[in-house]
Amino acid sequence: MQHADAVSGWERLRRRTRHGDLLFWLIALSFAVLVVGLLVAIIAVTWDGSAAARHEFGFGFLTSSTWNPVKNQYGALPAIYGTVMSSAIALLIAGPIGVMIGVFLAEVSPSRLRMPLSFLVELLAAIPSVVYGMWGVFVFIPFFRTWIATPISERFGDAIPLLAGPVTVGRGMLVAGIILAIMIVPTIAAVSRDVLSVVPTHQREALIALGATRWEVIRHATIPYARAGIIGGMMLGLGRALGETMAATMVIGNTPRIEGSLFAPATTAASLVASQLPNAGSEMHSSALILVALVLFCITLVANSIARLLVWKVQRGSGGKA
Amino acid sequence: MIGSSHASSRRWKRLLLTVVAIMALTMVVAACGGDDDSTATTSSGTSSTATTATSSESTATEAENEATTEATEEPAATTAAASPTAASSESSPAADWEPRNVSADLTGSGASFPDPIYQAWIEQYKSVAPDTTINYQSVGSGQGKKDFAGNVTDFGGTDAYMTDEEMTASPDALHIPTVLGAVTVVYNLETDQPLQFSGETLAAIFLGTVTTWNDPVIAADNPGVNLPDTPITVVHRSDGSGTTSIFTDYLSKVSTEWADQVGSGTAVEWPVGIGGEKNPGVAAGVQQTPGAIGYVELIYALANDLPAPAIKNAQGNYVEPSIESTSAAAAGALADLPDDLRVSITDPQDGANAYPIAGFTWILVHSEMTDQTKAEALTDFLYWALTTGEAQAAELHYAPLPDEVRDLAIDKLTQVTVNGAAVFEAP
Repeated sequence: MQHADAVSGWERLRRRTRHGDLLFWLIALSFAVLVVGLLVAIIAVTWDGSAAARHEFGFGFLTSSTWNPVKNQYGALPAIYGTVMSSAIALLIAGPIGVMIGVFLAEVSPSRLRMPLSFLVELLAAIPSVVYGMWGVFVFIPFFRTWIATPISERFGDAIPLLAGPVTVGRGMLVAGIILAIMIVPTIAAVSRDVLSVVPTHQREALIALGATRWEVIRHATIPYARAGIIGGMMLGLGRALGETMAATMVIGNTPRIEGSLFAPATTAASLVASQLPNAGSEMHSSALILVALVLFCITLVANSIARLLVWKVQRGSGGKA
Repeated sequence: MIGSSHASSRRWKRLLLTVVAIMALTMVVAACGGDDDSTATTSSGTSSTATTATSSESTATEAENEATTEATEEPAATTAAASPTAASSESSPAADWEPRNVSADLTGSGASFPDPIYQAWIEQYKSVAPDTTINYQSVGSGQGKKDFAGNVTDFGGTDAYMTDEEMTASPDALHIPTVLGAVTVVYNLETDQPLQFSGETLAAIFLGTVTTWNDPVIAADNPGVNLPDTPITVVHRSDGSGTTSIFTDYLSKVSTEWADQVGSGTAVEWPVGIGGEKNPGVAAGVQQTPGAIGYVELIYALANDLPAPAIKNAQGNYVEPSIESTSAAAAGALADLPDDLRVSITDPQDGANAYPIAGFTWILVHSEMTDQTKAEALTDFLYWALTTGEAQAAELHYAPLPDEVRDLAIDKLTQVTVNGAAVFEAP
């Protein structure tokens, strides 16, 4: 009986995957499994590598703001704060700009401008982050420091702690946020353009029939219809900002301290790991850095899950075309 | 149908045109930017490498280029070159010594600081022993030590000697010093005379207790210099590095306050200041900020013509960093040199001309090796590097070992064994 069952099961598989399909099916399956395996391996390695730090510091690791490799005392709070804050600034700046670009490309732009503009926006996404970092260090920061940060902190620094000086080198949280914003604008713009262009024409026509202006059509028909997708695009951009290493490292000032001012240097989880891991002085030091990586992994996992959920939502909302 | 396909082909053409236009534009921009970069950073960058000249590995690339060109152009002139060690080359027993041309693959990894000179040596050693292939990857001292201890590599490179704990894990590790590195202070301040510093002053500045340039502590080091009241901005390395290790080790030796509050290591908890990524990150931060002070590798400062202030040594002399004064630091620390050559030579007690912020970089070798051919190839290469190779160190801005230390290093090579039998005999 058992033997017969096995044969019929095999037959069923064979029938379903005739004409060389079996081979293709197996190859595709193995690659799919490979991705899952890779993810498991990464989690296992970071979990295992951070064992020493997890046992030593426990959950206090997340709330402590000491980072002292000499005394082997580590806490991830400055890195978490820096990561979340710089990404939040980036999203705050890049969100509206990216959506505006998306609206322009999908709704307002004359058709002969649309293609080159889309291309240019996507080209921004292809620039390596080290180039952004270099541009930040050699071009943007000197300009920002002299013409923006110093005057602002001198005028408003006493009243608003967030804008307090001294500006010193100019590298800091706000600069990192701005550079990250430039880096994630293309993602947000491209997704916004895509979701806006699949908004059904009858939605617009209905409003135009009521005598709405172009702005009112965009404001009341297209954007609300594509809202979920736009938010999904922002979350994708946020994901990129959270994990960005090179550009952030070069412009944020890399100081594992929490300072109130946006002009003060800070650090991000990714840049802390990238700059200190290759020359970590002790086992505990590298273990703590791997734990920071694990924490960052959790933060990006949450951000990406939210993005996924929102993309699913927009797929349902716009008839599966997003 | 025809209309739509026509339209789509027109669209493709337009896309193609856009791509071409953008590429042309990018090239123009790159060319203009490239010229600026090459003049700004160093004169040795050609226009084709101008874009890499500003990257974090600028010194590495340039030094390497320089090395390979010199190696190909004048292979015979190597022993005669490099004036500081000319004397040692004459007395060198390497004159009629030939390395065994063993067929072996050697791999090593570790410190990035000596990477340019190691690559130059490896490149040149190919012409001496063509069957021996050597591969060195600059992955950082910490990783280099790990790879070496885990037997992933045949030799390791490190700027920080192995701790006692690490020595218990791999007790047969030999430390073979190759060249010396120094750390120089860089600052950005308009003064009528160049500044100089004592160790205590540097410690106070980097601790944040001295906050303006006209502080009496700085004035005491610089009598007669007109110091402005510009606030001091400290710029330090953000990545873990041997440079930070040497610098903080020096500050710990000259200031008990620093030793208690901060200590030394490849990365420390800086009381004040802002972090820059690698040497270029620190240099850019200092150059862009009036009143800033930082520290970079001497090699980087020399390659980029940064002014390097004199530092007061243990003998009370203010000594400018240079290849000669760095070698003098090693000579000045001879009295404290332990048998295993694991030693920090910052703040050496002897040597009137010793620059006090210097350190060895080592190659790690197992004294008990298992593979005879590898052991022969490795010891021969290192002997060649310590003799012929060492003579070119100064050309690449590396300070060569003083003769006494070089002889001790060669002596270490004779301790390498396979199955209890020595594999190398010094000629």
